[in-house]
Amino acid sequence: MVDRLIELRNIKKSFGSVYALGGVNLHVDQGEVLGLLGDNGAGKSTLIKILSGVLKPTSGDILIRGKPVSNWNPARSRASGIETVFQDRALAVQQSIVRNIFMGRELAGRFGWLDIDKEISEARRLMREIGFTSEVFSPHSIVGQLSGGERQGVAIARAILKQANLIVLDEPTTALSLTETAKVFHFVRQVRASGRSILFIGHNIHHVYDIADRFVVIDRGHSVLEKNKNEVASAQDLINFMEDVAKPRALEDLSV
Amino acid sequence: MSEISTSPVVTGGALSPRPHPAERPLGRFVVANRASIGSLSVFLVMLAIFFVANPRVFSSWGLYASILTTLPVAIFMAVPLVFIVTAGEIDLSFPATMGATSLAFAYVVQAGYDPSLAIVAAVFVGVLLGFGIGALVVYAGLSSLVATLGMNFMLRGLILIATQSKSIALPGLADTWVSRVFSSSVFGIPAQFLWAVGFVVFCILLYTRHRFGAQVHIVGDNPDSANEMGINVKLVRVKVFAFMGLGAALAGVFSTMINFTWWPTSGDGYLLPVIAAVFVGGTPPWGGIGTVLGGAIGALTVSFIQTGVVGAGMSGFYVQFFYGLIVILSLLGHRWNQTRYR
Repeated sequence: MVDRLIELRNIKKSFGSVYALGGVNLHVDQGEVLGLLGDNGAGKSTLIKILSGVLKPTSGDILIRGKPVSNWNPARSRASGIETVFQDRALAVQQSIVRNIFMGRELAGRFGWLDIDKEISEARRLMREIGFTSEVFSPHSIVGQLSGGERQGVAIARAILKQANLIVLDEPTTALSLTETAKVFHFVRQVRASGRSILFIGHNIHHVYDIADRFVVIDRGHSVLEKNKNEVASAQDLINFMEDVAKPRALEDLSV
Repeated sequence: MSEISTSPVVTGGALSPRPHPAERPLGRFVVANRASIGSLSVFLVMLAIFFVANPRVFSSWGLYASILTTLPVAIFMAVPLVFIVTAGEIDLSFPATMGATSLAFAYVVQAGYDPSLAIVAAVFVGVLLGFGIGALVVYAGLSSLVATLGMNFMLRGLILIATQSKSIALPGLADTWVSRVFSSSVFGIPAQFLWAVGFVVFCILLYTRHRFGAQVHIVGDNPDSANEMGINVKLVRVKVFAFMGLGAALAGVFSTMINFTWWPTSGDGYLLPVIAAVFVGGTPPWGGIGTVLGGAIGALTVSFIQTGVVGAGMSGFYVQFFYGLIVILSLLGHRWNQTRYR
């Protein structure tokens, strides 16, 4: 029996009269990489925001290791070991690297005074781990001075600061160069090797196929496919399936 | 802590033989305090011009002692306003809050209680009003510019209605231990100024080395990200308004203790000079960054203009012109001095 880390049951989310999610089921097991696929507007981002506590579902249950959660919010999501690297990276660009790494998780002692020395040394260690090998940047450097790949590095450093059980990567390879993409892949494999889980969201089906152990495809707010990697012959299979899902409805729409 | 070791996710750029300026202690100090160093330069240049215009007046200690007595009132409000602007908000209601808190102070003293109790009452009223104004802005989702403007009118109106616009004389305040501690002078330096210096030092630490300050910066910089990372954005915003209320209360208490009289207009004249002080000091209006020390120096600069212009032998008609000139020159200076990342 695999260890079920997190489970979303029949999650619905509506914005006014518009249903973004119409009952999605999703689970992530310990130590696996789950690839979440779907076209634009399928509801991927909404699902991620619910998982990270930013949005509250209209209905449905969230279970952490089998136990339903209550009063779900970003602080609780992070406290349950879920770290999200958002598509826009969620960085405060006028602040230093160290302030971004400790955003919402400041190392403070008595009466809330910051332990800045400890934060700096932690930030230095994380920056080394994710490969800020040059001396050009220090933990005091302002994030606005960094390139896209470097900012992604800061967002990832923040996600691995604590022993997260699940790291959610929302479109982590968008706008990255080939070498930077390879580094993200390497990072994902390292996390899996350490027995922890990744939820990998991507547009690029080839990327997701390469990295994930299992795939879930969502379309217009519903999960329409769930397959293990050994059940899918190639990335082309996934592409064909997604095109099939998109086609019939498109034709129905036209035949009105 | 994480045991993951990965190959680089990011590229660091070219290797540099010299450490980054942010890594050298002196370099870091200059970079971190660029805005306050700039504001201090503006003040010193202004002082030098006044001095050349009238060396006799500007070499007498009396002039400075009088400025150092009244300056703290502006500092107690300019510094918390730096927190508000950094958090991406604005407050125009602090003059009326200063009026209301000093009225509370005056009522308690008038009723015959110890002035220290009156200070507690003023601070309580200030923090409560700040919380109320903050909650109104944050939880009702109102624009802080418009909502606090409305609150300023409303609160001032209530003060005028309650007191029938009559001042309250507090002669009994003169011989109390509270007045000796808060408004005497130590070796010729007004006690008010020493308290203000203590307040500024505390606020610098709060701003740069406390969780509250760190979250104020992040909320003003990117509230969505702050929320996504589990910061209670609304609570942080309400807290900065409460802190502003505390500052307005201290300003009200100190100003009443200078004159031993409460005026119905208490606080009225401070709106624009205090706001100008924050921006002259180098805190930009877009939120996320700022400088507490700069705000205090800005208050010094703005407070000095009136005395300076008259002391330099010019007519009082020049005061407004110089206010404007200093504000514009400071903004130009800071624009050139700061890199904007958003």
